[in-house]
Amino acid sequence: MNWLTNFIRPKIRSFVSDQKEIPDALWQKCPACDGMLFHRELTENLGVCHHCGHHLRISVADRLSILFGESPFQDISVPPAPADPLRFRDKKKYSDRLSEARAKTGRDDAIRVALGRIGDQNAVVAAFDFDFMGGSMGAGVGEGIVKAAETAVRERAALICIPSSGGARMQEGILSLMQMPRSVVAVRMVKEAGLPYLVLLTDPTTGGVSASFAMVGDIHIAEPGATIGFAGKRVIEETIREQLPPNFQTAEYLLAHGMVDMVVPRASQNETIGRILNLLMERQTGKNGTTGRSNGRKSPPRDNGGKVAVGPLARAAGNVARLPALRGKTPLPLPAAANQTAATRRRRSGKD
Amino acid sequence: MSFLEFEKPVQELEAKIAELRKVSSTGDVNVAAEISRMQTKADRLLKQIYTKLSPAQKVLVARHPERPHFQDYIQAIVTDFTPLAGDRRFGEDAALIGGIGRIAGRACVVMGQEKGSDTEMRLRHNFGMARPEGYRKALRLMELADRFQIPVVTLVDTAGAYPGVGAEERGQSEAIAACIETCLNVSVPILSVVIGEGGSGGAIAIATADRVYMLEHSIYSVISPEGCASILWRSGAYAAEAAAALRLTAQDLKKLGVIDDIIEEPLGGAHRASLEAVERVQAQIEKGFAETCPWDPRTIRHSRREKYLKIGRAA
Ligand SMILES: [Zn+2]
Repeated sequence: MNWLTNFIRPKIRSFVSDQKEIPDALWQKCPACDGMLFHRELTENLGVCHHCGHHLRISVADRLSILFGESPFQDISVPPAPADPLRFRDKKKYSDRLSEARAKTGRDDAIRVALGRIGDQNAVVAAFDFDFMGGSMGAGVGEGIVKAAETAVRERAALICIPSSGGARMQEGILSLMQMPRSVVAVRMVKEAGLPYLVLLTDPTTGGVSASFAMVGDIHIAEPGATIGFAGKRVIEETIREQLPPNFQTAEYLLAHGMVDMVVPRASQNETIGRILNLLMERQTGKNGTTGRSNGRKSPPRDNGGKVAVGPLARAAGNVARLPALRGKTPLPLPAAANQTAATRRRRSGKD
Repeated sequence: MSFLEFEKPVQELEAKIAELRKVSSTGDVNVAAEISRMQTKADRLLKQIYTKLSPAQKVLVARHPERPHFQDYIQAIVTDFTPLAGDRRFGEDAALIGGIGRIAGRACVVMGQEKGSDTEMRLRHNFGMARPEGYRKALRLMELADRFQIPVVTLVDTAGAYPGVGAEERGQSEAIAACIETCLNVSVPILSVVIGEGGSGGAIAIATADRVYMLEHSIYSVISPEGCASILWRSGAYAAEAAAALRLTAQDLKKLGVIDDIIEEPLGGAHRASLEAVERVQAQIEKGFAETCPWDPRTIRHSRREKYLKIGRAA
């Protein structure tokens, strides 16, 4: 399988599914301000309410096209994990829940891994799919994070994890708890290879997910209004028997308490992450002459800030125009390890 | 001794034995024989009950208030114990206690959650539910062990990390995550024993180890059976079903390959013979030392990481 088939297939898939015209009359209420949001408008605005700025949950496909901006990306397949190791059953069988989630999302588990470019850098993105059993983390998701980390190390790419998860997947019992250390081992590999590990915390990031790989990033970026925390609000209320402070466990609350570096609206995420990666990977790209792979190119200029007229989502709706352009682009960059001296590699793999 | 519901038959027998003992102060031979007969019966009954404990019953045994707690272990098996306090950032958390001392003559860092054994003590130790300061202290002590190349022993006994406003404010998630990361970074052996309740993230924070052992009737789970029932069955009344579905017993975890060994408890559970239970834990820790010491710093860390990397990977 070459990069092209790997790379084109998902594009065609998303093209087909996105081709359906969005009827002008379709609308929904903003869950935050009750404002009327026409779907077309909402899509063009990256799933952000234009009345109040509330960031609605978006699909993983939209997430990736926003994050990679103009750049093409390639899906990285994640090996399957053992299915239903406990033969778990509550009111429903876990195996049935899994089949339903797979049918609903067209995905094996709650994570999608992709490799592309952000800024001028190679980047692997591991994005959670909240629609798949609440983005819960079991062995399949753990495998995705491991695969993403291994790919990042192999391609000398940054790793960006985007949790959207209620926490561990109860139906995998203790094996889901073990994904906490497992995912941390994975991100250690990236850190120790001298590569940046970023976390983009989206709504929600709680429980075992927030208490593992999601909170050990080199840089933590949160999406406005996202719920981020360890314990559930109800559990806390029942324990302390008093009202929770306003803003409790929001991205802004975490920023105020020193747990995240910044809160970045969707429209600026590609630019912000690109800038951060360019800065952190300066040596990587050879501005100091180590690898000579920098082309000195600036990030593509963004359309007018807040309201993005022709944002990635809008483009996704008319994806056919993208394909020729993509074909014209250089395939994904070569693994950098090949043109790197052993000395630089040694320097980078030190403890951090 | 407080009896659990399913121990009722034993309780009745024990009560009869106690009565007989009272009336036979003169040392009547017949009564003595009767007492001995009944005692044998009680022991047999206890054995019957305890070999067939259901997962839900194990949850009760694991949480038994008279079960030996962290400080019972410290007193019995750690010499030269020198408690160390504080996370150097915010405060001291008595829910998670730690320090340096010797087990079987070997210097090590020892830490674990203390649930407390009376009301005053429970309040002081916050029922063994640590706040971020507790995990940051644990992290600091692990780094201390790393710096001086002495092993780490953790005794796990917690319902979970404390769910409170202050804990969230000060980064409970980050504290646990960083603690796990530190467990994976240190280049000394880490031995972990679940002595009672291994509650989710609050447990794994200090139980990411080279060897993980569980007492025979202890439990270790991603979520409490009550919590699981209220989410998946939408009613806490299904806790027993959830306890079974979660596979949270020591025997289940051994089968799943998540723990290395089960430490047998005295007849009728650790709470019936505290000292014996504690000594068996010590013997297991000595075995763990024998397997991991001396160590090569790089190898020990590498193999710990490899072990976790494999959990949940298809064969
Ligand atoms: Zn709104």
